[in-house]
Amino acid sequence: MIPAAFEYYRPQDMAGVLAILEEHGDDARVMAGGHSLIPMMKLRMAEVPHLIDLQDVGGLSDITVEASRIVIGAMVTQADIIDSAELTAAAPILREAALQIADPQVRYMGTVGGNVANGDPGNDMPGLMQCLDATFTLVGSDGERDVPARDFYEAAYMTARDDEEVLTAVSIPLPSGGYAYEKQKRKIGDYATAAASVQITQSGGTCTSAAIAMTNLSDTPIFSEAAGAALVGTALDDAAIKSSVAAMLNDIDPTEDNRGPIAFKKHVAGVILRRAIERAWSRA
Amino acid sequence: MKDEVDTREDRVANLKGMGCSRKRVEDARFTQGKGNYVDDIKLDGMLFGDFVRSPYAHARIKSIDTAAALEVPGVLAVLTAADLEPLGLHWMPTLAGDKQMVLADGKVLFQGQEVAFVVAEDRYAAADGIELVEVEYEELPVIVNPFEALKSDVVLREDLMGEGGSLPDGAHGPRKHHNHIFTWDAGDKEPTEEVIANADVVATESMYYHRTHPCPLETCGCVASMDKVNGKLTLWGTFQAPHAIRTVVSLISGIEEHNIRVVSPDIGGGFGNKVGAYPGYVCSVVASIVTGKPVKWIEDRMDNLMTTAFARDYHMTGKISATKEGKITGLHCHVTADHGGFDACADPTKFPAGFMNICTGSYDIPTAYLEVDGVYTNKAPGGVSYRCSFRVTEAVYFIERMIEVLAIKLDMDAAELRRINFIKKEQFPYQAALGWEYDSGDYHTAWDKALKTVDYDGLRAEQAQRVEDFKAGKTRKLMGIGLSFFTEIVGAGPVKNCDILGLGMFDSCEIRIHPTGSAIARLGTISQGQGHATTFAQILASEIGLPADSITIEEGDTDTAPYGLGTYGSRSTPVAGAATAMAGRKIRAKAQMIAAYLLEVHDNDVEFDVDRFVVKGAPEKFKTMKEIAFAAYNQAIPGIEPGLEAVSYYDPPNMTYPFGAYVCVMDIDVDTGVPEIRRFYALDDCGTRINPMIIEGQVHGGLTEALAVALGQEIAYDDMGNCKTGTLMDFFLPTAWEVPNYETDYTVTPSPHHPIGAKGVGESPHVGGVPCFSNAVQDAFRPFGNTHTNMPHDHWRIWKTANELGLHG
Repeated sequence: MIPAAFEYYRPQDMAGVLAILEEHGDDARVMAGGHSLIPMMKLRMAEVPHLIDLQDVGGLSDITVEASRIVIGAMVTQADIIDSAELTAAAPILREAALQIADPQVRYMGTVGGNVANGDPGNDMPGLMQCLDATFTLVGSDGERDVPARDFYEAAYMTARDDEEVLTAVSIPLPSGGYAYEKQKRKIGDYATAAASVQITQSGGTCTSAAIAMTNLSDTPIFSEAAGAALVGTALDDAAIKSSVAAMLNDIDPTEDNRGPIAFKKHVAGVILRRAIERAWSRA
Repeated sequence: MKDEVDTREDRVANLKGMGCSRKRVEDARFTQGKGNYVDDIKLDGMLFGDFVRSPYAHARIKSIDTAAALEVPGVLAVLTAADLEPLGLHWMPTLAGDKQMVLADGKVLFQGQEVAFVVAEDRYAAADGIELVEVEYEELPVIVNPFEALKSDVVLREDLMGEGGSLPDGAHGPRKHHNHIFTWDAGDKEPTEEVIANADVVATESMYYHRTHPCPLETCGCVASMDKVNGKLTLWGTFQAPHAIRTVVSLISGIEEHNIRVVSPDIGGGFGNKVGAYPGYVCSVVASIVTGKPVKWIEDRMDNLMTTAFARDYHMTGKISATKEGKITGLHCHVTADHGGFDACADPTKFPAGFMNICTGSYDIPTAYLEVDGVYTNKAPGGVSYRCSFRVTEAVYFIERMIEVLAIKLDMDAAELRRINFIKKEQFPYQAALGWEYDSGDYHTAWDKALKTVDYDGLRAEQAQRVEDFKAGKTRKLMGIGLSFFTEIVGAGPVKNCDILGLGMFDSCEIRIHPTGSAIARLGTISQGQGHATTFAQILASEIGLPADSITIEEGDTDTAPYGLGTYGSRSTPVAGAATAMAGRKIRAKAQMIAAYLLEVHDNDVEFDVDRFVVKGAPEKFKTMKEIAFAAYNQAIPGIEPGLEAVSYYDPPNMTYPFGAYVCVMDIDVDTGVPEIRRFYALDDCGTRINPMIIEGQVHGGLTEALAVALGQEIAYDDMGNCKTGTLMDFFLPTAWEVPNYETDYTVTPSPHHPIGAKGVGESPHVGGVPCFSNAVQDAFRPFGNTHTNMPHDHWRIWKTANELGLHG
C-alpha cells in the first residue's frame, strides 16, 4: 500500500494546472479529494508520475443557486452539499444522495467534481447527475466546453473528458416535483449493490415527467430513458411501475462480484427502483 | 487519623477492588493518542523490511532475480530462502507441530505467500524494491476445496512425502492421504453409532463454518534489534504470548534465551491473530543480524487479511438423536478442517482441533463421538481462535444449530428443547461424554431469566401473526427469533494436558509492595485492549488491602515479567488472575505475621479486614496494610526477612466454563435480503465479576464481532485461489452504523476451583453471539421450510434462501 514515487504539484490557478497537464499529458492527473485516486495509487493500479492537487485553485468551491439552474464547483465536498440549506431547498435529492455516500470522514474530503469525473461505476453522483440532466463544464487549453452528464460516460473510468482537460463545474437545471435516491449497500463505506435516482413531476395525479438513473449496475451509470417514459402519462399504478422496472432491467448490465450474482442484483435493482419511484411519487 | 472515622464501607470503596466499575486506567493514553504501539517505535538507523509475495496460489519458483531491486536507492538487501537456508531458517516450526516456509523454498502454496524480504532504509524504498524483484513462476494446479484435496493426485506438500512416495506419520499420527494432516477423535464411536441407529428421532445436517479473519485494527508487526556488541537481541512486536515467542526464537535461532528480550508494547487488538509466529518476525531478526541495524516489519491491511492467521474453515456434519419427547440420546460430529498450505493452527499441542470436543454444549448428552480430519489446501495457513477459546465458536455453532435442526424434526419449540436437555445444576461438576469436566453452572435459571426478560411467548405470538400477514400479502418482512445457549471452555490450562510446544500453560504474577504502601505487579499475560491494568489491580486491591489506584500492573516485557503463556482463549483471568490472587495471598500471609509482631499478639490473633489486620475481638487495635508495608522495610522482625514481595505460578486444576443465554430479534426484508436487528439480549455468567463496566464493554465487542461473522465477514477465494476479500471494502468490519443496541444481563455462578471464582468473559459473547445471529436468520425462514443455510448471512445469501423457498412469487 505504498505508491510509486510521484511529483506533487499545488498550482494556484487553472492556468497553472493546464500548463502542467499540457507538459506531461497522460502522465499527469488532477486530484480533488483524492478518495478514489490515492487508493488506486497505493495499490499501484494507477501510476501517476505527476499529481496535481486542485486544493489551492480558487473559484471551484462555490454553490450557486440561480433562477433556473444550480452551479456546483468541482471542489465542493459531499459535506458542503449536506450542509447547504439553499441547495437542499432547491434540489433536495442532492442531500439525500450525499448522505448515503461513504462516511462523514470521507464526505469531508470527497468532492462532487472528483466523484463525477473519475468514471468509477460505483460512484453515486454520476447516476444522480444523469437523472437531473446535469451538464459538466470542462476546461482545457483550448477553452471551455460543456458535456451533458448523459453523454459523458463511455466505460469504467473512461469518459468524454480529454486527458488535458479539467472538470470544473456541474450545472443542474432547477429540478421540480418529487425525488428519491434509494441505495442498498452492504455497510457504511460500500458502493451500491443497487441504487436508483428518481425525479418525478405530476399534474392532477398524472405523471408529467420522470427521470430515472441507476448506479453500479453496469460499467457506467445508466440513464434509463425508457424507464422514465413508462411512467409518463400514467397514474403511477402498479402496472406502470412494473413496466418502468422492466424497462430499466433491459438497460442495465450488472456483473457478479462479492455483493452477489447477476440474478440477485437485477432483482434488487427492481426492488430499489420501485421503492424510489414510490417515494418520489409520494413527494411529487 | 482519617482511618478512624472512615466507615467500613468507605474503606471498601476506597480500594476500588473487585465488583467496582473502576474506570480503565489505560484510556487516558489511548484516548489522547499517547499509546505506544509497535509502529510508534523508532530507533536510530532503523531499517524497514517488506515482502515480495506470491500472486499465485500454487506455483513452482523457477528463479528469483534480485539485481534490479538492489539498484533501487535505499535498498540494502533482498533475502530469499537461499540466504536463510545456511542458517536453517528458511523453514520454521508451527505451533501445530508442522513446519512452514519462512520464504518460499522452491514453491508457493497460497496467494500472498512470502517469497523474498526486501530490506531498505525506509518503507518507500522497500516498496519500490519489491516491484523490481523478478520471480519466475510455473503455475501448478490449485486446490481450494478440502474434499477435492483428499481425492486429488496433486501433492501440495512434497516435503512431507517419504521415500518412494510413502506417507510418514504427521505430528498427530497417521495420515490417510498426501493432502491429509491428521485425524483426531474423542468419545465413543460404536456406542454413539448404535444409539443413533436405534433412536426414535434423528436429525442430520451438514454445515460450513466459513473462513474468516480476526482483523485487529492494528496489524501484525515487529522491530528486531540485534546488538552485536553485547550479543543481545531485542524484539518488540504485536505478540499475544511474548514469553512463548522468546522461547521459540531461541529454539529456532540458537541464540541463548537470556540474550533475547521480547517486548509487547501496546497492542491494538489481537483476537487470536497475534498468537502465532510469522515469517516477518524471523526475517526481521535475520535482517537485523545481517545489517547490524534495527529492522521494522509492519503488515498493511491486505497482508494481514490475506496471509496472517485466518479463523475457522470447518466443514461440519452432525447427527443428533432423541426420544420422541425430545430427550437427546446421542451426538455424532465429523469435521473436515481446511488448514491451508501449512498447519499453523494455534492450539494446545495435544489438541489439533482445539477444544472442538466441547461440542456437546450445555446439554446432558450421554453418548457422543467427534472426529476431525485436517486437510491441506492452497489457502493461507492459520486456524486460530478468533475471539474464542480453541475452536469453541465452531463447537458452539455446531451444537446450537443441531438443536435447532432437531427442534424442527421434532416439531418442538427450540427454547423448550434446550430446557429439557440442559445439564442440571445438581449435576455439576459434570462429566461430559467427550471428556471435559464442567466446573459449575445453573443453566435453567439463566435461560428462564432470559426468556422472561424478552417476553419469549409474546415474541413467538408476534412472529406467528407476522407469518400470517406475510402470507396475506400485508408485509414483505419476516421476523426471526434467534436463540443460543452456550458453554465456553476457557482458561487453558492444566499443565497435565495443556502445553504449547512443550510449554505448560500455567501463568504467573509477581508482586512487589513498596515501603510507602503502593505496589507493582507483573504478569505473564499481555493486554490487547482487555483492560488488564485496571482489573488485575482490582483483584489485588481486594486481596492485599491497598487501593487499586496505588497498584501498577505491568505486562509484556520478558526481561521483567515472570514467565507466562500469554493472553488468548480467555485465559488471563482464569489463569493469571488466579496467580494474581494467590500471590496476593502470599503477601497477606507475610503481612499477617508483621501485623501480629507490631500489635504484640500471636499470628492467629489477628485477622484481615478490608485494608488492615485487626486484633480479633478488639477492632480498635489494628495495623493498616500501608503501615505494615512500611514496617516490612524498616523493622528488624525476628524470623521474618525484610521486604514484601511474592510470586505465584498458577497451574489451574481445571478449565473454567462460563455460559450465557442470548436472544436476538430480527426483521428480514425478503425482497432485498437486508436483515435488521430489532433487539439483542445477552445474559452472561462469567462467575465472579471483577469489573462490571469492563465486562459490559467486552460483551459489546464480542457481540459486534459475532454480528460481523454471522452477517457477512469472510475470507473468500475463487477457484484459482485468489483471495477475493483482501480489503475492508469487501471484508466486513462493522461500524457504529451497523451495530444494534445490546441489552446486557448476568447471573453469577462462581467457579468452585478458581481462587476468586472468576471464569473469564472476553470471548463468551462472540461464542454465543454467532449462533444467535445465525439462528435468528434461519428461524425467520423456518415456517417456510428452511432447516439450515450457511453463514455468512449477507444480503445475497439471505435473498437466495428466500428465493429458493419460493418467497419471491
